[in-house]
Amino acid sequence: MIKNLTPLQVDALREVGNIGSGNAATALAQFLDRKIDMKVPDIKVLPLEELPVMLGGEEKVIACILLRVLGEASGNILFLMEEHCMYNFLSMVFPQRKIYEIGELEKSAMKEVGNILAGSFLNAINRITNFNCIQSLPSFAMDMAGAVLTTALLQSGVTGSDVLFIETKFSEGDRDFLTNFFLVPDPGSLEKILESIGVDSHEEDNPGKDG
Amino acid sequence: MKKIIQVKMGEIKISSAPDILVSNGMGSCVGLVLYDNKQKIGGLAHIMLPYCESSKNNEIQKGKYADHAIPFLFNQLLKKGANRKNMWAKMAGGSQMFAFDSENEMVRIGSRNSEKSKELLEQLSIPLIAADVGGNRGRTIQFALETGEFIIKTVQSGVNII
Repeated sequence: MIKNLTPLQVDALREVGNIGSGNAATALAQFLDRKIDMKVPDIKVLPLEELPVMLGGEEKVIACILLRVLGEASGNILFLMEEHCMYNFLSMVFPQRKIYEIGELEKSAMKEVGNILAGSFLNAINRITNFNCIQSLPSFAMDMAGAVLTTALLQSGVTGSDVLFIETKFSEGDRDFLTNFFLVPDPGSLEKILESIGVDSHEEDNPGKDG
Repeated sequence: MKKIIQVKMGEIKISSAPDILVSNGMGSCVGLVLYDNKQKIGGLAHIMLPYCESSKNNEIQKGKYADHAIPFLFNQLLKKGANRKNMWAKMAGGSQMFAFDSENEMVRIGSRNSEKSKELLEQLSIPLIAADVGGNRGRTIQFALETGEFIIKTVQSGVNII
């Protein structure tokens, strides 16, 4: 459990997020066969408990794709999209269809995009750390933010730890959609990532710089 | 004055009529109320996990684990003057939000939470008079200490009162 990351460590994680978002935009463009623009992602390291509040409250309905990360730095990857962003996104995947509700086909498309995006981010992590992390099959849920998030996080047995949060805005023409990407490392995994980037906490222990 | 009291993840709150105890957006967590219906005092525990694997007892957040939360809530209510003969329990939650084809035990956390809670209630001989557990939906719960009504709201299937 990492409580106080040093500024250098936060920067290192930001860099991972930047590379990952770039990969993701490329992958999405290929998947959708059209030009996808991307804003500079907003990257934060936050405590888990703040997530539902940040996403607009525990009762707000969100779509969530959950994948398990296996390998050296095990953990969970979560993708969240607000409802309207999901509809915007699905209208790109299915240009010929009017989408009124989320059926099996739509769920499957969302899972696929989760797969693609998770792959892009994992690729960034693997390249920077020389790890060989792989992802599990994706799982989709659409419900209250509080319910979805806490369940996803409890499944990995993580409570009270920090998560890496990357908010990326992708757009295509006048349609845009915001994805919230979360890497929720299992206990010990974040340390492994930081160590292999070369910014592990032991030598950076500086009591004067808390918070 | 009627107060609405939020019970966050891992918390236990106790109050009396006409207050309302509320937990928002519960997934695999279990919301369990113990209630003395004569004196109209009761408490809500927002349980996250079935039991505590760590041995460091002093650091445990009381409401987080069923095996700590339920006896703790029971004893606190007795201290506040509740009578165990009048006491009953209701619970809601314990969903499985994600359908993984996995044999991993952690994935079944919702049903493990509700199973463990039931077991603990039996040990304390507190009757569980109503429950809305399982499924794959999130719930917001409100417990009215005036009436003993447990109101469960979901996104897809509306409101259920038990």
